[in-house]
Amino acid sequence: MLSRQELRIAAFTTAVIAFAATTGGALAQKKYDAGATDTEIKIGNIMPYSGPASAYGVIGKTEEAYFRKINAEGGINGRKIVFVSYDDGYSPPKAVEQARKLVESDEVLLLFNPLGTPSNTAIQKYLNARKVPQLFVATGATKWNNPKDFPWTMGWQPSYQSEARIYAKYLIKEKPDAKIAVLYQNDDFGKDYLKGLKDGLGGKTSMITAEESYETSEPAIDGHIVKLRATGADVFVSITTPKFAAQAIKKLAEIEWKPLHIVANVSASVGGVMKPAGFENAQGILSAAYAKDGADRQWDNDPGMKKFYAFLEKYFPEANKLDGSVVYGYGAAQTMVKVLEMCGDNLTRENVMKQAASLKDFTPDTLLPGIKINTSATNFDPIEQLRMMRFKGEKWDLFGDIINGDFSN
Amino acid sequence: MSAVQEVVTEAPVIDAVPKKAMTLGYGTSLVILALLIIVPLFVKNFIIFQLTMLLIYALAVLALNILTGGSGQFSLGQSAFYAVGAYTSAILMEHANVNYVLTLPIAGIICFAFGFLFGQPALRLSGVYLALATFALATAMPQLLKLGVFEYWTGGVQGLVVTKPDAPFGLHISQDMWLYYFTLAVSIAIYIFSVNLLKSRSGRAFMAIRDNEIAASAMGIDVALYKTLAFGVSAGITGVAGGLGAIAVQFVAPDSYTITFAISLFLGMVVGGVGWLPGSIVGAAFIIFVPNIAEGISKGLSGAVFGVLLFLIIFLVPHGARQVAMVAQHLIGKLRKN
Amino acid sequence: MELFTNQILAGIATGAIYACMALAVVMIYQAIDHLNFAQGEMATFSTFVAWQLMQWGVPYWGAFLITLVFSFAGGIAIERLLFKPLAKAPILTNVAGFIALYAIINSCSGLIWDFTIKQFPTPFGSSPFLGSQLISTHQAGMIGVTMVLLVLLFFFFRFTRMGLAMRAAASLPESARLVGINTSWMIALGWGMAAAIGSIAGMLIAPVVFLEPNMMIGVLLYGFAAAVLGGLTSPFGAVIGGFLVGIFENLAGTYIPGVGNELKLPIALALIVTVLVVKPAGLFGRPIVKRV
Repeated sequence: MLSRQELRIAAFTTAVIAFAATTGGALAQKKYDAGATDTEIKIGNIMPYSGPASAYGVIGKTEEAYFRKINAEGGINGRKIVFVSYDDGYSPPKAVEQARKLVESDEVLLLFNPLGTPSNTAIQKYLNARKVPQLFVATGATKWNNPKDFPWTMGWQPSYQSEARIYAKYLIKEKPDAKIAVLYQNDDFGKDYLKGLKDGLGGKTSMITAEESYETSEPAIDGHIVKLRATGADVFVSITTPKFAAQAIKKLAEIEWKPLHIVANVSASVGGVMKPAGFENAQGILSAAYAKDGADRQWDNDPGMKKFYAFLEKYFPEANKLDGSVVYGYGAAQTMVKVLEMCGDNLTRENVMKQAASLKDFTPDTLLPGIKINTSATNFDPIEQLRMMRFKGEKWDLFGDIINGDFSN
Repeated sequence: MSAVQEVVTEAPVIDAVPKKAMTLGYGTSLVILALLIIVPLFVKNFIIFQLTMLLIYALAVLALNILTGGSGQFSLGQSAFYAVGAYTSAILMEHANVNYVLTLPIAGIICFAFGFLFGQPALRLSGVYLALATFALATAMPQLLKLGVFEYWTGGVQGLVVTKPDAPFGLHISQDMWLYYFTLAVSIAIYIFSVNLLKSRSGRAFMAIRDNEIAASAMGIDVALYKTLAFGVSAGITGVAGGLGAIAVQFVAPDSYTITFAISLFLGMVVGGVGWLPGSIVGAAFIIFVPNIAEGISKGLSGAVFGVLLFLIIFLVPHGARQVAMVAQHLIGKLRKN
Repeated sequence: MELFTNQILAGIATGAIYACMALAVVMIYQAIDHLNFAQGEMATFSTFVAWQLMQWGVPYWGAFLITLVFSFAGGIAIERLLFKPLAKAPILTNVAGFIALYAIINSCSGLIWDFTIKQFPTPFGSSPFLGSQLISTHQAGMIGVTMVLLVLLFFFFRFTRMGLAMRAAASLPESARLVGINTSWMIALGWGMAAAIGSIAGMLIAPVVFLEPNMMIGVLLYGFAAAVLGGLTSPFGAVIGGFLVGIFENLAGTYIPGVGNELKLPIALALIVTVLVVKPAGLFGRPIVKRV
């Protein structure tokens, strides 16, 4: 028979154990997967710092600077970000090697913003099999919005196809008997865009009277422009990267061909394309955008952009703020930080994906007013909205409503 | 007016590496073999993957060594044969459900034929001109792979995802480890084949052509046959390497096989020592690991650091790893005497 | 018919770019009997230097001349410092050296001037030439400068002692040394001249294609092809080769159905290889006679 004191101790101990067992969950329980600890979060990234696509390497540098800023301001929920970024030279086998290194050797929590459709395609199966988040991939290919088959992969920017569909709808509405000439880059970017354009035109693909592709190894695309003009088209859709977009604008002016000129968003940069090509040659060009342009003076007093400029000055002064890639890197990094903040102390990979799929009306500093990031368990397309714009003077004039690129489905 | 070229006094473009010096002694070979077999048992899967890629690139460099160091024909187009091999394996595995082991000999034979055919017009070219022709082949290949007409088979610009095989007979080892040992077996077989090829009559014919083509044909060697044969064999081996590469990386795309890759293989051959077959693995190590080292030193200037490291290597050992091995052999010989 | 003539004209305009580069390629080949992979990058770097000078306020022709001198000196310096030590090394090792040089210069250009495209001014203006909208005054100017360079080079190699010495040093170095030619310095001179010509090519090409570190990648390949087609021993051949490649490429892209457009470069290269098989020294090159 237990004494009174022993009984009290037993009761007390039982109560404590019962208390701990039931309320253990309510207390801040920290859960970690590889890469996350009490003091740090390891994020992996793959960028083409060398090779033919090295122009995009600046995105990685911007993100690295942004995470430095966050760390200087205290980190995320008290944890510092360790950003491990490797070069793949835009080569898929190298991307596979670097992805495996990040996951198996560096043991990062997730892969953030790896760049390039071929590289991301190469590592997608591996990351999904390993259940490592492949978040906010830096490509506009449409296939990243597929939570059913690839629940660990998510895009960020509006897909090329949805952007092209917007142009198609615009043309059907504003210029139904247009004769369209298309110049497109012969790679996944160009072909994806072209598909979106054709899908958007629906039954009226006959509006496209000429399609010309070019390789990035070609020094100049003048010959293609001459050929396209000879078809008598009055609309010119330029599915090109910055250098070739600028060449096209210049050539069009030289041969005095003045069709309705639409340019892809990746090449709509004021400082990176319009200025070198010559503002006087770029008047009236149409495009669409989801982010603000660092060289566009209309955003000089915008609070979001002011934060962006302040960030550049303090943490990345050598950056060229006219470069659209810098604005891009900032916005993506900000989205990543938001997701990690939402995770709180539950830094498992599963929770990271869960939070990434629960973004509601999130607005990074650099997105156009009114455009918001939304995700859900069935929608892995964070940015779907775009606004059309026309180039006038030395800047872009936004017009029309904010369009959801997927509405045509 | 024609320009006269003194064949006798002109230095040979490619070093005349004597037959004996083209391989390693037995002792060293066994040591290296032992290392290759044992090390993967103790390291992580990721390192095993890197070692598998090391062997695959070593095969490709070996093939180039046979072509350039063996028969004296300069080629900057090996990436094209590698791509054909890779796509052959990928297409057979994904579209026709062929067992991965079978795809390798098929890839090898197809690439052999392809190389043999390419060797025909290449007969009339040499030196810079052959370099340009092979360069043209290497730049053409990605564009051919992207062609719309082939898109159903090749996946076009998106490429094809390849399924990695599991270890057979229910062996409890990881996919990576199984693939490594499989690749090792294939590599050893090809290495032995290559060594024997170079020691055989055909090998002697290659080297005769390399050293002095006119003298060789004067001696009755069928120069045309052997030159195209060299191209064929080299392409065949590169094709097998390509097939293995496709399986290891689990993905093929036109962007994986650009002229940059062909140039890397060339650099691998030079660093390993032109014509020195064992150097192929040193060359492969250079291709895989030095860019990583350069990146570690400076991300912004990784290309420049790579270039500087390359320069250092070619200043110190212009004849590549073979020079290092010869110096080492010399030292060991001296020590033995004392 | 109009499309045909248009494409020929456009081909001549693009061909002028290739012809320029081909001249630099021939120059280096005359000096060292080999092609230098880093030629394009050196030209790009020189063009960047010119651009930077203009950013600092130096007027066009001043920047042009300073860049020319800088490139000449730079070419000689690179040869003396990096390639003279490799003179005894096998040729393949030298080629590896060219590749290393390429990597270094390309990386440095990217770091110093970043990858956004830059406008490069032209002294010839960009209005239509003689009313034709297909060739701008700049492109006509480019053809003109290429012709002038061609004539200068021709005179240099044919009628000056230095030119003769350089040709001798390249083709028969032993004999050249026996007659007192300093073959080592001839090579350095060749490098300097090739770098200078390359910088002119770069400054002419940049207004058309826009200046950025990877500007010359495509151009260099076409330049090689054009030089080989025309004959590596003939500057005249190089220029003709450049125009031919430009024209043929455009025509192939326009008229070969289906794949013509996607395979412009391989078709152009295939043409060149075919020509080489028939005429191994190129269209205007001197046939090499091998004396056993």
